[in-house]
Amino acid sequence: MKDDSFLKITGLSKSFGGVEALSNVSFDLKQGESLGIIGPNGSGKTTLVNLITGFVKPDSGKVFFRGKEITGKRPYTIANLGIARTFQMAKAFHHLPAFKNIIIPLRSPRVKTFRGAQYGERDDIAIDLLEEVGFERDSAVPLKTAKSLPHGYLKRLELARCMALRADVIILDELFSGMSMSEVASTLPIIEKLKEEGKTVVMIEHRLRELFRVVNCLIVLNFGQKIAEGSPAEVMGSEAVKAAYLGSEE
Amino acid sequence: MAKIRREKKDSNGKYRKERLDRGIKARSDTIFALTSYREALYLVVPRAVTIIGLLILPLVLDIWWTKVMIMACVIAILALSWDFIASAGMLSLGQALFFGAGGYLAGVLNYYWGLSPLYTIPIATIAGATVCTLLFLPVLRLRGIYFAMVTFAMPLILVRIIEATRIWGGIEGLSALTPLPNLWVSAYLVIAAVFACLFGFRRLMDSDYGLVLRGMMDNDQAVMAGGINIYWYKAQTLFIGSAAGAFIGAFMTHYYRIVGTSAFSIDYSILPVACTVVGGPGNFAGAMFGAFILVPLCEYLRAIGSWRIVLYSFLMVIFVVAVPEGIFNYLERKYHQFEHWVKTG
Repeated sequence: MKDDSFLKITGLSKSFGGVEALSNVSFDLKQGESLGIIGPNGSGKTTLVNLITGFVKPDSGKVFFRGKEITGKRPYTIANLGIARTFQMAKAFHHLPAFKNIIIPLRSPRVKTFRGAQYGERDDIAIDLLEEVGFERDSAVPLKTAKSLPHGYLKRLELARCMALRADVIILDELFSGMSMSEVASTLPIIEKLKEEGKTVVMIEHRLRELFRVVNCLIVLNFGQKIAEGSPAEVMGSEAVKAAYLGSEE
Repeated sequence: MAKIRREKKDSNGKYRKERLDRGIKARSDTIFALTSYREALYLVVPRAVTIIGLLILPLVLDIWWTKVMIMACVIAILALSWDFIASAGMLSLGQALFFGAGGYLAGVLNYYWGLSPLYTIPIATIAGATVCTLLFLPVLRLRGIYFAMVTFAMPLILVRIIEATRIWGGIEGLSALTPLPNLWVSAYLVIAAVFACLFGFRRLMDSDYGLVLRGMMDNDQAVMAGGINIYWYKAQTLFIGSAAGAFIGAFMTHYYRIVGTSAFSIDYSILPVACTVVGGPGNFAGAMFGAFILVPLCEYLRAIGSWRIVLYSFLMVIFVVAVPEGIFNYLERKYHQFEHWVKTG
């Protein structure tokens, strides 16, 4: 099947036991666009990410990337195709120094296909990347063990892993949660820069002000259903969204 | 730098105890700055003592203790293999499978085709590792205790199959196999193998390749998110680990000149784990150190007869309770620290 859309999802559903985590969610994303996903807790946002990136297999529905179906492929296969994600709960390699965390994606088959990335200075590339996401090189932060780093650093380590993969689609699962205001302020420009480079960014976020600076379209999930879609202004004016967040009047 | 302080008083005044880490400037885990011969010696001596000490042992020990040393090396290799597989996040309780697979392959090749140990040992190492890896392929997806349970059952299943089908000599096993030339060859062959495993595994874990394995121990999912096929890496790890186990199994077949179902016995699964726990997991030296404590201790206690196992088990519990980080890790930590009194008033 040939398709000009970049990342396309049709009718994705997933149940865990009796709980329907996600039902019949679809969206279509063009290259370079950025999508925000919001919704109350337990509305299926992270499940959606897990389904796209292959960590969980969908019950029904399909995922297409660059016109090819990637439904149910293994997470590392999908990462190598160019869809990278961060985890809501930062999953760092706690026993390794921070920069060694980045060596692992740098060893992936995908990165090896880029010119000059096959041999040599992986350590330097890793430390440069970490400096880019705000690890202070002068105070040797990249050399510290991951378990000794504060939470905000671990979240940015997740971002650095996506950047190391040189992914085309970067899915950020509540990247800003648990970050301080100043960390958010310094991380936001990095995401904007990724967008300028032509990356497709998908953001799950509760901090709407920051989210709206990045994304140009928005979908809202509630109890696994997509209840609204459109530009941020349209969506936030919708009655269904107000009802989901604040409760309806009946 | 100072970590723990204790205080004392005497006629001259008050003192407190200060504990310092050794003064080698470490930029990271792998980058040191050596500034003197003393510092170079500080790093070289522990390694040199291990290597030279082990090379001298067969020359100074009598025949019986040389055999004990060989047994310690055998268990050390199984423990190193266990520690290596565990460093990639796989908890194996089936070292006996590797040992038995290597042992039986060498035995069969020698018994039915008359191949000399020069060929049977290398062939059994590679073929044994292949067989073990293939057997574990379906369960690579399991993690933690579930993986451990399957690996534990695997050698026991093979024993029953051999008993039921009476292949390869059934319960009696294959005997009168070609021996190794003499005790010296045996002793130095296992010593060489221990060093190859110890330093090879350590080098491997320090490389970028080992980094992926260490990452898998910390977090499978993050490695997958990094675009790495963890099952392929796990299979490779199992192959390397089981090759070490199969080698030593093949060695023991020719050393004992017999191979039977006892090659799959639980001892070979449990003792390596015990050694690693007593010595300290995670750095390979601990696993080897543990084997060189537990195996000679077990032999030494033979003198006291049937109380041996009771005392042996009791000592093992004491080791684990008193030094939970492992004896080697404890000694290493102490080696890198020193304490002195500082006058405070």
